[in-house]
Amino acid sequence: MSVDAATVRRIARLSRIELPEADVPVMQGEINAILGFVEQLGEVNVDGVEPMTSVTPMALKMREDVVTDGEKAALVTANAPQSEDNYFLVPKVVE
Amino acid sequence: MTDLTALTLDEARKGLIEGKFTSVELTKAHLTAMEAARPLNAYVLETPEKALEMAAASDARRANGKAGRLEGIPLGIKDLFATEGTRTTACSRILGNFVPKYESTVTSQLFRDGAVMLGKLNNDEFAMGSSNETSAFGPVVNPLKPANWDTAKAKSALASDRKGLLVPGGSSGGSSAAVAANLCLGATATDTGGSIRQPAAFTGTVGIKPTYGRCSRWGIVAFASSLDQAGPIAKTVRDAAVLLTSMAGHDPKDSTSVEMAVPDFEAAVGKSVAGKTIGIPKEYRVDGMPAEIEALWHKGAEMLKAAGAKVVDVSLPHTKYALPAYYIVAPAEASSNLARYDGVRYGLRVPGKDIVDLYEKTRAAGFGREVKRRIMIGTYVLSAGYYDAYYLRAQKIRTLIKKDFEDVYAQGVDAILTPATPSAAFGIAEKADADPVEMYLNDIFTVTVNMAGLPGLALPGGTDASGLPLGLQLIGRPFDEETLFSLGSVIEDQVGRVTTAKWW
Repeated sequence: MSVDAATVRRIARLSRIELPEADVPVMQGEINAILGFVEQLGEVNVDGVEPMTSVTPMALKMREDVVTDGEKAALVTANAPQSEDNYFLVPKVVE
Repeated sequence: MTDLTALTLDEARKGLIEGKFTSVELTKAHLTAMEAARPLNAYVLETPEKALEMAAASDARRANGKAGRLEGIPLGIKDLFATEGTRTTACSRILGNFVPKYESTVTSQLFRDGAVMLGKLNNDEFAMGSSNETSAFGPVVNPLKPANWDTAKAKSALASDRKGLLVPGGSSGGSSAAVAANLCLGATATDTGGSIRQPAAFTGTVGIKPTYGRCSRWGIVAFASSLDQAGPIAKTVRDAAVLLTSMAGHDPKDSTSVEMAVPDFEAAVGKSVAGKTIGIPKEYRVDGMPAEIEALWHKGAEMLKAAGAKVVDVSLPHTKYALPAYYIVAPAEASSNLARYDGVRYGLRVPGKDIVDLYEKTRAAGFGREVKRRIMIGTYVLSAGYYDAYYLRAQKIRTLIKKDFEDVYAQGVDAILTPATPSAAFGIAEKADADPVEMYLNDIFTVTVNMAGLPGLALPGGTDASGLPLGLQLIGRPFDEETLFSLGSVIEDQVGRVTTAKWW
């Protein structure tokens, strides 16, 4: 399978990465090289094989449904590029 | 006074215990060496004040009779580990000046045991790379000179574009280079597809990726969560064992960390390997493999045989599918993990006309080429209509890869011996124009181990025709790192350590 330029633009959009038009052909070539490389996986018979969900055979651990941490708004927002009164500032989302 | 940076971690520990020098003296010696080695670009941030403060506190603890396993030992920390109050970037522009308000579990355990932090080490951006050339801070230079290069030639290349000098491997290239250049007594590293073992092989150092679940991933910048594991890069097998003992252990903050006692891995170093069965997988004899790698592999098997181990041929039939399956699973997980870099909560922000425009511009400016490509591949293989053909199939193949190992271990094999890499270290910029798959092939021998969640140890096994180190890899049963340390010390006793004289 290979991707065309329109698909590359669509993937960039889904990935939320702005891709200048001039970079589309290069990215397309590289993605297709990788898709060509992974094509050999089609040779493998996977009938009846369970997909791996956990590499170590262990049950997902559960814990009490209680608050373990919090009340740290200042720490949480300390690295924000823009914040005010412990809120993250973003462009207007809802008109 | 002898050069304190030339000591192994074990030797330094003895010196500290015997009072031959203090942690402050040991730390100062390393800080001086780091300053002189800046052109190698192994450290992206030196933290001398913090180091000296930690060293002084360590000396005080020792004076009070309270010395931990790593008391006073100066270490380098890969910039993928969150360090409280110290900038952590994963060597990506998108994290900008991120200063964590918390400490990763692994580093907190090292510091709990008395270790001193010298600074943050360079790596491929988000640990995506095999040569440390994708770092936003630029490439790292391997302290091992190219074959037949004299000091003058190497120095002049170092002062200009670094071309022709060797890469230290990746993604933990700062870790491997710093250990090989005596810029720390050991380093933390991480391994998703070979990022501890391949750099160790390229620099003649020792690196171990433990079993998935041994070390907590909490506070480590995530790349591919089902594959990522932390581990040490060190000068010797014993040093690696000491470091892993401190790094490992259950952590309630990582639901994949196992609740299992951590053995004293050091006790396994030097232990007899008589009666152990070592598997040699025929599928690792790949087309076009250099004769010297084949010879190195054979020599390694002979060393273990001489020590009383039994060597048998084994088959891991799905080996060739591990790398292509990895290049679906890892990017898929990366595309999900890296969705958090949105320009809102931390790191870089590029303004946009609306929120989506802000995301797209921030991510375009913040991520490097390799990272963008992997996010896009991951997004594609997870997208509607392609999920079954790519991601689901790759996860099924992963089950088969793991079963290959289980079958071999069920036959009584204790560990598997393979080459660590298909070649010795290559030159900086040498693969710049190659297609991405060529760089990915570096991990052909290491990636199976991540796919199956197993422990893998890489250590020097010999040299290629030009005299550059080549690594061997030992793959163990789940949670049996001890056998790897025992076997590794047999090979290390025969091969010896790789050291290099300062030329930079």
